[in-house]
Amino acid sequence: MAIHIIDRRLNPGGKSLENRQRFLRRAKSLVQGAVKKTSQDRDIKDVLEGGEVTIPLDGMHEPRFRREGGTRDMVLPGNKKFIEGDYLQRSGQGSAKDSGPGEGDSEDAFRFVLSRDEFVDLFLDDLELPDLAKRKIAQTESEGIQRAGYTTSGSPANISVSRTVKLALARRIALKRPRKEEIEELEAAIAACTDEDERTELIARLEALKAKSKRIPFIDPLDIRYRRFEMVPKPVAQAVMFCLMDVSGSMSEHMKDLAKRFYMLLYVFLKRRYKHVEIVFIRHTDRAEEVDEQTFFYGPASGGTLVSSALQAMHEIVRERFNPSDWNIYAAQASDGDNSYSDGELTGLLLTDKILPVCQFFAYLEVGESGGSAFDLSDSSLWTLYERLRNSGAPLSMRKVSERSEIFPVFHDLFQRRDTAQEKAAP
Amino acid sequence: MTERLFEGADWDFRTLQRITDACEEVALKDLGLDVYPNQIEVITAEQMLDAYSSVGMPLFYKHWSFGKHFAFHEASYRKGLMGLAYEIVINSSPCISYLMEENTATMQTLVIAHAAFGHNHFFKNNYLFKQWTDAEGILDYLDFAKNYVMQCEERYGRTEVERTLDAAHALMSHGIDRYPGKKKLDLRAEEKRAGRRRQHEEEVFNDLWRTVPAGKSKSRSALSVERRRKLLGLPQENLLYFLEKSAPRLAPWQRELLRIVRHIAQYFYPQSQTKVMNEGTATYVHYRIMTQLHQQGRITDGNFLEFLGSHTNVVFQPEFDDQRFSGFNPYALGFAMMQDIERIVTRPEDEDREWFPDIAGKNDVMGVLRDVWANYRDESFIGQFLSPKLMRHFRMFHLHDDPEERAGIRVDAIHDERGFRRVRRELARQHDVGYIDANIEVVDVDLSGDRRLILHHHVIKGSQLNETDAKRVLQHLADLWTYDVALIEVDANDKVLREYVVSPRPIPAAVA
Repeated sequence: MAIHIIDRRLNPGGKSLENRQRFLRRAKSLVQGAVKKTSQDRDIKDVLEGGEVTIPLDGMHEPRFRREGGTRDMVLPGNKKFIEGDYLQRSGQGSAKDSGPGEGDSEDAFRFVLSRDEFVDLFLDDLELPDLAKRKIAQTESEGIQRAGYTTSGSPANISVSRTVKLALARRIALKRPRKEEIEELEAAIAACTDEDERTELIARLEALKAKSKRIPFIDPLDIRYRRFEMVPKPVAQAVMFCLMDVSGSMSEHMKDLAKRFYMLLYVFLKRRYKHVEIVFIRHTDRAEEVDEQTFFYGPASGGTLVSSALQAMHEIVRERFNPSDWNIYAAQASDGDNSYSDGELTGLLLTDKILPVCQFFAYLEVGESGGSAFDLSDSSLWTLYERLRNSGAPLSMRKVSERSEIFPVFHDLFQRRDTAQEKAAP
Repeated sequence: MTERLFEGADWDFRTLQRITDACEEVALKDLGLDVYPNQIEVITAEQMLDAYSSVGMPLFYKHWSFGKHFAFHEASYRKGLMGLAYEIVINSSPCISYLMEENTATMQTLVIAHAAFGHNHFFKNNYLFKQWTDAEGILDYLDFAKNYVMQCEERYGRTEVERTLDAAHALMSHGIDRYPGKKKLDLRAEEKRAGRRRQHEEEVFNDLWRTVPAGKSKSRSALSVERRRKLLGLPQENLLYFLEKSAPRLAPWQRELLRIVRHIAQYFYPQSQTKVMNEGTATYVHYRIMTQLHQQGRITDGNFLEFLGSHTNVVFQPEFDDQRFSGFNPYALGFAMMQDIERIVTRPEDEDREWFPDIAGKNDVMGVLRDVWANYRDESFIGQFLSPKLMRHFRMFHLHDDPEERAGIRVDAIHDERGFRRVRRELARQHDVGYIDANIEVVDVDLSGDRRLILHHHVIKGSQLNETDAKRVLQHLADLWTYDVALIEVDANDKVLREYVVSPRPIPAAVA
């Protein structure tokens, strides 16, 4: 009898992926709720690692006709002292056994692990940059060139040497073209050979090998591959996000932490959801500087506060690098709200005259001390200023945050997809 | 001395081949087994998890519930709450056994003996499997089912298909024929049948028929109740079959989906009835083969000890007051019974001669066992072959728990002269699917009135349906039936205990 032994280990994995995705799609609202809940008490870095979530069973339940109650008879092993006719006391509740996934009546939650991608996707699913489409449509698109695999025809300039040699090598091995060493070895053997018969035989073999290596070329036109390029439309209208953060002495560690968390989230969101978003980091004390990501999030700094310096810096960068007719410009500012009194006027002017007209969206996040008692007092100078601007019709979004756990809801609130936001507003 | 099959724990594919050959020699020559051709596949842990979530089958249609099971298994496996099985074996011809790559050489020998010969013989020879499953056709059928579901999703939308499958899955345990029908199941013909019917529909389609005025329909009230029930084939306990044939408003593809789910449920039906026997057979076979190989000197003492370690774990039976207890372990009970039969056949005592006059002292162990494996299921097997000695060994006792009884749970019988037969009868009943599954059947349809479908649940021993689940299942049933569905729970005296009525949910407008 023939027995087949098959190695399946190299079969493509992820056979259950499709089913898993269906499950996630079906449980989407539940999972999303769970993701948001879990992410509140986690570090942003941890959030982005994915992890375990728990969803309620309801809705994921697969019902069956099940019987319960009534008189029960059972045969058990391990009798030690009972004899027929004994009565055993019932111990309160009959101990119900744990049931399998999604079985049973219990309100038990269903736990499972989400991968990093699944987690972040779900987390950011209902967020978007407001009004991004507006200018994109208005602008014409230009064509760009992009690598797109290999082709068998093309211009000599585009020959991909490595790919060609790889194919040639495969072909030579497949057709058993004699290697140079083999021929040399044979030649050496012939030279060393004394026996006439053997010599003729070796020479015949050498001839055969040589003929074969002539028949099978080292590189065949068949092997040649060219790099292929494709024209892809490139949207001219692109987005740039300005992140303005106050790092002055009045910002406590807690406040800086909150602001950093907010930006970190923003950063992940933008990187993940939008291909063409540029991000500019500006931090300021009494003077502003453009910094790289690393310095922005982790570099220490302190000093006085002049908010206008940051706005001025942003204005200059816009003028130099981001033409407002080509770019969607967004800005998010985080601060504790303290600003030197004399600077208020200038800040207001810069904002209304220079910044807001070119901005699609301007978000202001005011961070406060833990406990939030500060907010019960009077509003900060910056908040008062911005509120006045907003009331006179400037497109400003403003939120206050004083606890870590508020970061996620506020973030969601700010970047919620507009249509869903409207749906919620008018059910 | 014969050559060793392997040394240490490592194995490669040549080792597997040698092991399989050696096992085959013992299985066919010494034990006289009759098996399907074997196909052995080595898989990874991840693939094992995949297999878990699609009820162990190598291919299956797509459905979210399998994804749910996968997520669940994966989470508990990652946390170390759950170990994976050493193997999975599929009742098909050729018989496919999946082996985990991380098993040691000894474990591979064990699982090859267990699955590729033990289970394989049982699948091929047990009457239930012969009657209800079509080992040659199952893989092709699953392939057909997978493609069919996929096509349906393309044509009618994923939500629609999912809705039908959800409903069918809820009724799966009641989509089984319990009594053999006229002809044997031929799964290969199923695919052709479905194709032919589609073709026929396309050929005879003529839009003109729509315009032909319908004649006066016969008065329905003239049908007597008896006649009506006969026409509908009632009473019918196979709910899926009834819906497939008689639900008034199902589309042909929905009927086909019900049919697929029904066939698959039927395929697994024998397995649920023969857990003890099937595992008992396989465990007995691997034990015999391993011992034989050790005696021949083809397995070292060390490896044999390793085998005995795993074997003992597998056949461990915790006692009822043990934390680990969760009912009878089918491996333990099955293996103990097979060994006990071996003892009765070769070294009977007076008690055995009295209890088992037919087989005691017959001396042909394999002949008797092969006959038992072929002709019994768990219930009849335990009912006939559980010996007093074994009941004493397991110290079995029978508890009767009547909620009405104030004094507590009564010990009804124990492993003594007076109790042997009662304990045995009760244990056999515990393994009777007729007792385990709720007995629900379609009894009538109100054809002249509102087309309400009427089901009865015959309540045994006062054990009624779980309310939440019953309502949900009935909701699915009503959605398929598209009119009201009533489920009446009646006891043995036809007294109505409870009545459920469920109306179908409105179908979303998107149905094309």
